[in-house]
Amino acid sequence: MRRDASPFIRFWREFAENRLALVALGVVILVVGAAVLAPLFTPQDPYDIGKLVLGDARRPPGHVGSGGYVHLLGTDAQGRDLWSAILYGLRISIQIGLTAGAVAFIVGGSLGAVAAFAGGRIEALIMRFIDLQLSFPAILLALVISAILGQGKWQLTAALVASQYAYFARTAHGAAVAERSKEYIEAALSTPLSSRVVIFRHILPNCMPPLIVVATVQVANAIALEATLSFLGMGLPVTHPSLGMLISNGFQYMLSGRYWISIYPGIALIVLILAINLVGDQIRDQLNPRLQR
Amino acid sequence: MTAALDVRGLKTHFFTRGGVVKAVDGVDLSIQRGRVLGLVGESGSGKSVTGLSILGLIDLPGRIVEGSVRLDGQELVGLDRDAARRVRGRKIAMIFQDPMMTLNPVLRVGTQMSMALRAHEAISSDTVRQRSLAALGTVGLPAPEQCLAAYPHQLSGGMRQRVAIAIALLHSPSVIVADEPTTALDVSIQSQILQEMQRLCDQTGVALVWITHDLAVVSSLAHDIAVMYAGRIVESGPAEDVLAEPRHPYTRGLLDSVPGEAKPGEKLAQIPGSIPALIDLPPGCAFRARCGRADRACETMPEIVDLGGNRSARCVHPLEAA
Amino acid sequence: MSAALLELDGVSKRFRRKISLGDRIAAKLGAKVETREVRAVENVSLSVIRGETLGLVGESGCGKSTLGRIAAGILPPTSGKASLDGRPVMSESGRHEKLTTRVQTVFQDPFASLNPRRRIGDAIAEGPLAHGLVDHAGAVAYVAEQLYRVGLDPSYASRFPHQFSGGQRQRIAIARALAMKPDLLICDEPVASLDVSIQAQVLNLFLDLRRALNLTAIFISHDLGVVRHLSDRVAIMYLGRIVEIGPSAEIYASPKHPYTQALLTSVPRLNRHREGRRAFRPIAGELPSPLSPPSGCHFHPRCTLATDRCRTEPPQLRSMGSDRHAACHLAE
Repeated sequence: MRRDASPFIRFWREFAENRLALVALGVVILVVGAAVLAPLFTPQDPYDIGKLVLGDARRPPGHVGSGGYVHLLGTDAQGRDLWSAILYGLRISIQIGLTAGAVAFIVGGSLGAVAAFAGGRIEALIMRFIDLQLSFPAILLALVISAILGQGKWQLTAALVASQYAYFARTAHGAAVAERSKEYIEAALSTPLSSRVVIFRHILPNCMPPLIVVATVQVANAIALEATLSFLGMGLPVTHPSLGMLISNGFQYMLSGRYWISIYPGIALIVLILAINLVGDQIRDQLNPRLQR
Repeated sequence: MTAALDVRGLKTHFFTRGGVVKAVDGVDLSIQRGRVLGLVGESGSGKSVTGLSILGLIDLPGRIVEGSVRLDGQELVGLDRDAARRVRGRKIAMIFQDPMMTLNPVLRVGTQMSMALRAHEAISSDTVRQRSLAALGTVGLPAPEQCLAAYPHQLSGGMRQRVAIAIALLHSPSVIVADEPTTALDVSIQSQILQEMQRLCDQTGVALVWITHDLAVVSSLAHDIAVMYAGRIVESGPAEDVLAEPRHPYTRGLLDSVPGEAKPGEKLAQIPGSIPALIDLPPGCAFRARCGRADRACETMPEIVDLGGNRSARCVHPLEAA
Repeated sequence: MSAALLELDGVSKRFRRKISLGDRIAAKLGAKVETREVRAVENVSLSVIRGETLGLVGESGCGKSTLGRIAAGILPPTSGKASLDGRPVMSESGRHEKLTTRVQTVFQDPFASLNPRRRIGDAIAEGPLAHGLVDHAGAVAYVAEQLYRVGLDPSYASRFPHQFSGGQRQRIAIARALAMKPDLLICDEPVASLDVSIQAQVLNLFLDLRRALNLTAIFISHDLGVVRHLSDRVAIMYLGRIVEIGPSAEIYASPKHPYTQALLTSVPRLNRHREGRRAFRPIAGELPSPLSPPSGCHFHPRCTLATDRCRTEPPQLRSMGSDRHAACHLAE
């Protein structure tokens, strides 16, 4: 191993050795890219109700609609072009998943590190509360919170954060307890540096590897959870269908042979979540010292 | 008289992603029964890999690429698994720095000793018990009976190391390879174990290869010394002579680095530079970058020079005898 | 005699096993709950005089590192106090914060004592910046000066710890400690994990810096040879107590305490004068567990001279003349 290469480059070289993870990373980038640049690739803005034509509703893939373009994946019950709806839906899903993941990362990571550093009663208080919360299923918690907060993007994000920060806190706590006892922390404290500096500049950066692994999994989970909540009707308004709502809306037409309304958004969701998880697995394997060659 | 252990041209290389690490690159050793050979070196000198290679305990990506290891005349390199296992533990044994390399934490000491005995001999449980107790007695454990019933974690570090030594002694091997077995122990316990080892060699005639970085230990324990640097032996000979009159500049530098001889508060004679990495070693003498005597001639690997009196050094410009 | 820089006054440190909530309830209900306590340091008083190096020697579990950490303001003592120039090193109540930057520490393991994710320039500059010893504009030059002083190329400042060898890392750790302009440097086994040839380099660096900066230091080590080489005075510890303290040359020449005597004879010495193989003369017996130290003098079970008095009455440090003290009923 060359010593002069930066840690990031070494990490990337090792990552690139796993073909499957590389493909998965490619898929993630492709999907995210397509979602972000959705207006460039889509014939229709599915959220503009004025452009929806009810006469084009529930058409099979390949149908040429009144707009004069091909509906590649068919249309839904409101006459939305499904290809456009999926890309826009992905956009919302990814946006919510990433925001929720990032906020939960910051809140949970800080909470866990502070608990580990403080020790004693503060630690017991924070960690017991988090244990208590972890003993409820995340979906249940998210349902209750979004029922209280009501519909909307930000309400949904808040519900996701509230049900997910605990995983970050647990992970950060475990890692921080291990870091806390290391000599470099002792060195920082004996300088002396303030607790804030020690926690956020010394302990937390060294807890990153396990947190990053949790983050990849949790972003995927947030996307799935968002879809679940939307499927159950607790998510976004009907005018802004996310992937979950598209699946939900199409569900009633499944038995009448109009499979595409549910199936294609479902495939998009599965591909995205699977790809994120594969990338996460490889990162976990690389960061796990026990598997290191 | 054939040597108890005779190593010729041993090369053990590790084939890693970054390149070939020549951890051991042409080592010759020879030791008679009842003698102690001190194999001295710093980290990365290849001394531990040499020990593991003698026992055939090299795992991938490492491999013995060349050379021979003869135990009482029997060639060990190239033995198949089963044959190697029959030799290992019976005719040659190893003691590690961490006794938990040998001991299983979830089994009683007695169980482990009986397993070690029965791996090579079919004997009754009475005999097993007797021989276990005898072995524990010879290493100076005060209460062998209790020790047999104990789990390793119930023993102190020093006692664990004694148990590991007792297990190594069970089959009265011809050779024991000990890799820094006292380094992790406290001074007073280290000294007890050194005393036992010295007595054991004199009494049982086992040949002992003592691998260490600690010159002080070697100077009291060993009959002969071999000094390793970057995978090769750079100097060898009778311990007294090598320590009193080192001929290789590295040996000299190492001896002068030890505080004790120097006047307190004065600067120690130090070897400049750092220990080279074994990957992509430049050709020639590996010590030349740190050596005050190096010149163009050192850019080709020096041959081993016989200095008389059973001494040799791998150096183009050996220090003069006094 | 010049004034003491560091004063340890009746310092003790006990580590107690954490009592869990379940145990506390069980104890309330009348069950016997074991409260195990390690007396890492027991009632130690000593002073370090400006300009001297005090060596702290002992085997594992003797409390030398704990004592060093109390002096360094990393651990608060359970009782007694540590003060620097008359002012306490740590606040005595509340969160036990370290009050001074004038004591700095070099730790044993250079692979653990540097934050793996910080560039070494940042690691060195961090303390001085936090305490206003240097401003941001001057930090780069200040770091360069510190690196140069410990014999490292100033351009290394932008590298990470993993790019250095053990000896270089220990130099970085020394530079980091010295960047705080300490009056007292506490070195906790700084060369124990280094190879012999590298160890000599670091010891020489320490000798140079001590002379150049007129440092006062506590040098903690299990290696009697290293301590002898560096220290003006030596304190020998056994199971939490100082058994002997005095000028280094005198203690090595004529130890008074039976433990010191035994320790010195049991250490294998490098002999370069064709004296042949030496007989080892170890101290008999195991090192007792600090969880249950022997009564009276802690050393009595292993001492060949022990009397009944030694078994019951803990000896106090007594003056043995010329600045020497030993804690033994029989020594004189």
